[in-house]
Amino acid sequence: MRNPQEAREAIDRLELPFNALGMDPYGISKRHLRLALTVLAPLYRHYFSVRVRGIERIPPRGRAMLVGNHSGGVAIDAAMVIASCLLELEPPRLAQGMAERFLNRFPVVSKWASRTGQFTGLPEHAERLLEDDRLLLVFPEGARGTAKLFRDRYTLVAFGSGFMRLALKTQTPIVPFAVLGASEAFPTIANATRLGRLLGLPYIPIVAYGLPVALPAKIEIEYGARLLFTGSGNEEDSVVSGYVRKVEETIAAMLQAGACRRRGEPRTGERT
Amino acid sequence: MKILIPGAAGAIGRKLAARLQESGHDVIGIDRRAWPNAPIEFHQVDVRKRAAEDVFRRVRPEVVIHMATVTSLVVSKEDERSLINVSGTRAVFEYARAFAVEHCVFVGRHTFYGAGPDSPLFHTEDEPPLELDRYPELADMAAADLYASTALWRFPELTTTVLRLCYSLGPDGHGTLAAFLMGRRVPLVFGFDPLFQFLHEDDYVSAIALAVAKRPRGVFNVAGPQALPLSSVVIEAHRTPIWIPEFLVSGLQGRLGLPRLARGAIAHLKYPVVVDARAFREHTGFHHEHDELETLRAFREAFPLSR
Repeated sequence: MRNPQEAREAIDRLELPFNALGMDPYGISKRHLRLALTVLAPLYRHYFSVRVRGIERIPPRGRAMLVGNHSGGVAIDAAMVIASCLLELEPPRLAQGMAERFLNRFPVVSKWASRTGQFTGLPEHAERLLEDDRLLLVFPEGARGTAKLFRDRYTLVAFGSGFMRLALKTQTPIVPFAVLGASEAFPTIANATRLGRLLGLPYIPIVAYGLPVALPAKIEIEYGARLLFTGSGNEEDSVVSGYVRKVEETIAAMLQAGACRRRGEPRTGERT
Repeated sequence: MKILIPGAAGAIGRKLAARLQESGHDVIGIDRRAWPNAPIEFHQVDVRKRAAEDVFRRVRPEVVIHMATVTSLVVSKEDERSLINVSGTRAVFEYARAFAVEHCVFVGRHTFYGAGPDSPLFHTEDEPPLELDRYPELADMAAADLYASTALWRFPELTTTVLRLCYSLGPDGHGTLAAFLMGRRVPLVFGFDPLFQFLHEDDYVSAIALAVAKRPRGVFNVAGPQALPLSSVVIEAHRTPIWIPEFLVSGLQGRLGLPRLARGAIAHLKYPVVVDARAFREHTGFHHEHDELETLRAFREAFPLSR
C-alpha cells in the first residue's frame, strides 16, 4: 500500500514547530494528522480522484489565505483542499480551516478539529495564525455555502468581508480557489433546518438517495493567481466590499469555466 | 527591600518567601493558616482583620505580594471563599495605599478567562472574563482580579502588577492541576481533550520574583512552555486516563478512585484556557527553566504510581 506510507511521509515533512511529543504550540498533533491523512489520502486519490491545477500558486512558506467556494453539504471540499496541500505541495503545508462554531460543541469532532489545526472561525484565531505565517483556509460563504442545493452548485452566495479585513490588516496574499464536484459527491436536494437546530447543527443536508454518504464523483480543485490587496483593514465597508467582489468574481469565473469544462466532457464522450 | 506576603503559608508562598529571603530581602508573611517554624517573620492573622493592618503599620513594607486568595478546593463554604477573595483583596490594597507601599503584586490565575466552546485559543490581557455564570467558583476570583486592576487608576502612586498565572506543577504537588493528577485514574470527558498550560513550581516562583524585581505596571498573563492536551499530561504523568461520556461525569466523580470536581469544572475538561504571555516576557525578560516534559517528569518522579 502506497497510501499509509505517503500520508506518513507528508506529515513528517511538515514544517511546523512540533515538540518531542509531536505537538505544536497550538496543540496540533503529528499522530492525529497522520491518522487523518491516512483516511483522507485514499479518498483523495481513488474515491474522488481529485484533480488539482495551480497548486504551485500556493506560497511554499509564509502567511497565505486560501479563499474558495463552499458546497456539498458536509464540507468534503475543505477536506480535499487540506489533503491537496498535504499531498501535492512541496514541502507539504497544513491548511488550517476556520471551522463553524457548532463543531466545537460536539465530542470527538471538537477533539479532532483541535488536534488537526481546524479551529473555530474566530478573528482572533485567524489573525494569530496569519501572524505566525501559517496557511489559512477560508470559505467566506460559511455554512450557507455548504447548504447550497445541487442545482445551485456552480453559484456563490454572498461572501462575508471579515477575511478581507484580516488579509489587509496582516498583509496576507489571497490564493482564490474553486472546487468543482463536491455537490455531485453530495447532491443535496433539501436541508432540514428545524431538525438540525434541535441537534445543534445549522441544518441537516438531505440527499435524493437517502443515505448521507458521499458518491464517488470526480472533484477538481483549481487554485488561481495570488491576489494581494494593500490597506490597513480599517477601510470603509464600501472599499472592502469592492475588494471582496474582486475575489468573488475571480472564483465565480473559475467556477464557470470549470462548469463548462465538466458539461463538455460527457458530450465529447458521446461523439466518439 | 521589605516584602510583605499575605498568603505566605501556602505551598507557593513558602517557596517564594524562601527565594526572596535568599536574594537578600526582608520577608514578612501573614496567613490565616499556620506555618510552624517559619524561617521568616510570620504572623498567623486573617488579612481582613485588624491584626493584619497592624502588621502593615508596624512593618511598613515597600512591596506587597498578595497571595491570600483561595480556590474552591481548599475552602468548602462558598460564602467564605468569596469574602476571602474579594474583601481580602480590597483590604490588602487599602492597607497598601494607607501605608505608602511602593509596589503591589496581585497573584491571580489564568482561569480568569473561562473555558467555553467559543473562547479563543490564546487569551490576551485585554479580554473580559467569560463563562462566569457556568463556573461560580471562579467568579469571585475574577472579581478579585478586576478589583485589583482598579488600583492601576485609583492609586496612581502605587505601582500595581496583576499577574494571571497558568497552573503550577512539579515535585511539591500543590495546586489545582497537581490535585487533579494525584490519583491513579484521571477522568477525562470523552471526545474532548483541551490544552493545558502549566509552569514548573520553580518557574512559577521565579516569575513572581521577577515581577517584584522589574515592577511592571499593568495586567500580565504568565506562562512558560507550550500547552499540552490534557490526555498527554495524564499519560506523561504515568496516570491512567479514564474517558467518561459527559452525561456520566457528574455521577461518577468521587467514585472509582476518581477525584471530585468543582461545579462547572467540566467545562475546563472540555475546552482550553491558554494564555498569550508575550507581554510579561517583554516587560520582564522572563524565561522558563523547565520545559513541559521536564515539569511532568518532576511531578511523576515525586508522585510515582505503579501502573
